[in-house]
Amino acid sequence: MDPRRVPRTVSDPKVRQVGFFAPPDRSQSGPPAPISSSPPVSEISPSGNSLSPVMIPPPRNLSSDMSRHFPPAPISPLRRGRGAADSSIPVGSYNPSEFISPTATADFSEDALSPGWSRKGNSAKFASSLPTGGIGMVKQNKVPASGLTMVSTVRMPKAIKEKERVSMEEVQMEQQPGDSKPLKEKTTKAERRALQEAQRAAKAAAKPEGSKAQAAASGVNAVNASPGKVPKATPSKKDSSSVVASEKRGGDRQPDKDRKKDVPHPRMQFDDENRVEKAKKRSVVRQTEARSRVELFRHLPQYEHGTRLPDLESRFFQLDPIHPAVYKVGVRYLSGDISGGNSRCIAMLQAFQESIRDYSTPPEKSLIRDLTTKINGYVSFLIECRPLSISMGNAIRFLKTRINKLVLNLSESEAKSSILLDIDRFINEKIILADKVIVKHAVTKIRDGDVLLTYGSSSVVEMILLHAHELGKQFRVVIVDSRPKLEGQMLLRRLVRQGISCTYTHINAVSYVMLEVTRVLLGASSVLSNGTVYSRVGTASVAMVAHQFHVPVLICCEAYKFHERVQLDSICSNELGDPDAIARVSGRTEINYLEGWTNSENLQLLNLIYDVTPSDYVSMIITDYGMIPPTSVPVIVREYQREHLWI
Amino acid sequence: MATENPHSQQNSNPQISLYYQTRAAHHAVVTSDWLAQAQAAVGRHPEDAVSDNSSAGGEESGNGFSVIDEFNNWRKQPDLAEAVAAIRALASVIRSSQATTMMELEIELKKASDSLKSWDTTSISLTAGCDLFMRYVTRTSALEYEDFNSAKSRLLERAERFGEISYKARKIIAMLSQEFIFDGCTILVHGFSRVVLEVLRTAAQNKKLFRVLCTEGRPDRTGLRLSNELAKLDVPVKLLIDSAVAYSMDEVDMVFVGADGVVESGGIINMMGTYQIALVAKSMNKPVYVAAESYKFARLYPLDQKDMVPALRPIDFGVPIPSKVEVETSARDYTPPQYLTFLFTDLGVLSPSVVSDELIQLYL
Repeated sequence: MDPRRVPRTVSDPKVRQVGFFAPPDRSQSGPPAPISSSPPVSEISPSGNSLSPVMIPPPRNLSSDMSRHFPPAPISPLRRGRGAADSSIPVGSYNPSEFISPTATADFSEDALSPGWSRKGNSAKFASSLPTGGIGMVKQNKVPASGLTMVSTVRMPKAIKEKERVSMEEVQMEQQPGDSKPLKEKTTKAERRALQEAQRAAKAAAKPEGSKAQAAASGVNAVNASPGKVPKATPSKKDSSSVVASEKRGGDRQPDKDRKKDVPHPRMQFDDENRVEKAKKRSVVRQTEARSRVELFRHLPQYEHGTRLPDLESRFFQLDPIHPAVYKVGVRYLSGDISGGNSRCIAMLQAFQESIRDYSTPPEKSLIRDLTTKINGYVSFLIECRPLSISMGNAIRFLKTRINKLVLNLSESEAKSSILLDIDRFINEKIILADKVIVKHAVTKIRDGDVLLTYGSSSVVEMILLHAHELGKQFRVVIVDSRPKLEGQMLLRRLVRQGISCTYTHINAVSYVMLEVTRVLLGASSVLSNGTVYSRVGTASVAMVAHQFHVPVLICCEAYKFHERVQLDSICSNELGDPDAIARVSGRTEINYLEGWTNSENLQLLNLIYDVTPSDYVSMIITDYGMIPPTSVPVIVREYQREHLWI
Repeated sequence: MATENPHSQQNSNPQISLYYQTRAAHHAVVTSDWLAQAQAAVGRHPEDAVSDNSSAGGEESGNGFSVIDEFNNWRKQPDLAEAVAAIRALASVIRSSQATTMMELEIELKKASDSLKSWDTTSISLTAGCDLFMRYVTRTSALEYEDFNSAKSRLLERAERFGEISYKARKIIAMLSQEFIFDGCTILVHGFSRVVLEVLRTAAQNKKLFRVLCTEGRPDRTGLRLSNELAKLDVPVKLLIDSAVAYSMDEVDMVFVGADGVVESGGIINMMGTYQIALVAKSMNKPVYVAAESYKFARLYPLDQKDMVPALRPIDFGVPIPSKVEVETSARDYTPPQYLTFLFTDLGVLSPSVVSDELIQLYL
């Protein structure tokens, strides 16, 4: 009945572009969602790591054509900068504007930086991964043009590949301001080359460890001439990057002075070695970056999974700034004990409650500011344990708003109790009661004789099924599950215990089983403004198959999980799980074909946690505001924000 | 499934939806003048007969007054919308109420509204109208009124005005749709909607040249009625049997339908056959326009055709049907929003996704 969905991306098969193009006037605000894709050849700095459209330039172009690309480069990126989807240029086609690396420090960039920053908050987008190496060469004066700062420094990437990439980027960087300054570029190229050589030598001398991957990664970003400047740039970038669509926590802007306890942007792009270094210095959890990483997902954090938990546990007594309750919650996240949007959010809020209860304002400090700083510290610790989910981000935003709105002349105990009360109300109204309302609405959609399909394990869906069963409705349930988490098994146990007839299958059978299904009930980690559902990986496939079979798909999601950002694909913002989980099958030790996969250069394992379901596949979203079509999510976000303030 | 009150004397057949029965009465090929005369002649006898056994039908306020009878009375008038009839009935509840506080009045109204809704569960505009009015009442009572009587009179006044609003709504809709009717266009109309008739009437008065294809509209013969009316307006009309819609869709420029109810997804619930026509129109890239007043927006969300309260309407085939043969007697279907182009409402020309926006603003 519905037309086949047209492919969303790509005009030129050589170059794959995802995401928006920058508007002509400003390079950076365009791409909301960074998708970094780079060919396995790591020459191209993970192109858009940050937020540029994903480009997968064909590998062969990179190595040989670097130099050749310089001249053409200025033109195409310029055109790109104009917003034209110029896909004809293989290598340099990603929007050059994206390549601005805010992390560039550069002496001269300093001044240009700040006004640049403040002027265009979005430049932060280009965060992390920007090929800082090459950027170093970019002249600062280009920056003000577009408000984007060019990284202008010095240390050059070590690898030769880097150099190429860098220079490529340099070119792009230069182009980014969107003004054509080909002349400038040519003159600086030589200088940059010289500098590069010098730095490479220096670096080779002081060569640190690092896996190849790390080298590659760091090669891209690297270099900050003056570390002092970096922190300033970075946080402000981070602050402004909150504007970026990729941010998980909307509106989390820290004033620069709180830089020290600044929460690293939850959507920090991990391609940027610089920021990763900084974050590591500040971090509580010691974690090593994973060895071999998929290029496309370089912008997401990936750590060695085995080592983090014992390490964190052993440092229990050294975690001074972190309240033990928060620490406990963090450890539970890390070990995977708590999983699921609602439980994580509730656990976090309760931990915060504990810490606030034990909090006392240090002398000479304002409660609001100090408490906010403390909360920021806790949040950054939690992020290190496990990246925030969108529901947690919203909850944190709520908490901070409440703290900020505290009347100034309240006594400390009054203030504290008011906050505690607010947190309680949030948990009650937005989560617990909301779930009850959702269950009430959803059971009206279940008729006798229905066959309901669900995927994975969602707390709300479970509640709906149990309640419908209590009401005496006759239905049966098909639970679709998938590796490696196999979350459906717990749901299966709980439902069968209550006497509901269930069928259990894996996701590869979903199109087989869909024939007999009448309704599909899915949970969500979040619903975005364009009606897209961000949920456990595999949900999109189930929804797509259901749509094809004309089976209505009902998404059950509390309103506090809605977010005003927009995401078009699953790459720009996601979470990477432990790749070893894919290599192993629990209980079947004889399946060991992937043993030692880390040693193989050509093999990378990818374990994604979330994926994105387009709104076309969703028939209805059941929230505590009632049953709404996916097109009405921005309305709810609008109403919800207002009520938020009004609480 | 029986959908109406067993003791109502209007129903010869218990398997019939009252709402559609009323519509059928409206659509009967008689002139409205005749009906008005007949009504006047009949007077309020039916109502007297009913009030004897109205005790089972949801009495409230215990003063022998039945809101259902009031409602039925109003409903018989062919030009009056269902929701308006409901609101007028509720207004009479207020008028005859003996409550002394706002709370009491509200409770009475709630009871009356519930009984109305349960009496005919198939009528969407009835439910929507009741809900709307109750919403308005709750909002009003939230305001501080010094005097209970002034609050009461304000409610009454609003209820009275609702009728005018409804009438004006049709005019607004007619005005808005004029731009979409161009000279030389061919319009396909299905069902007999007073709003659509108003639209076409206004277009004719504005001297637009267009022609209309009417579907026959079995079993209610809505097409006959509509073509009657249009012929009076000197609009060229062509009657089609329901099966000839796809055949004629090539020469059609746009499809105009009314709506019994507009649901939260932006789809509409309308007379049986609308979904079919919308499907054909969509596949041939013809726009489908819906003309509906805003009080028809309901907080329903059907997922498929069977997800609504069934509304049955017996079909007379003219020849006896063997008892073993089942007949699909549903009177309405649901058209999902992806097949609709625009909704003309008194709130403006809306796209289907805006309906939910409006509903959220109204009810939340």
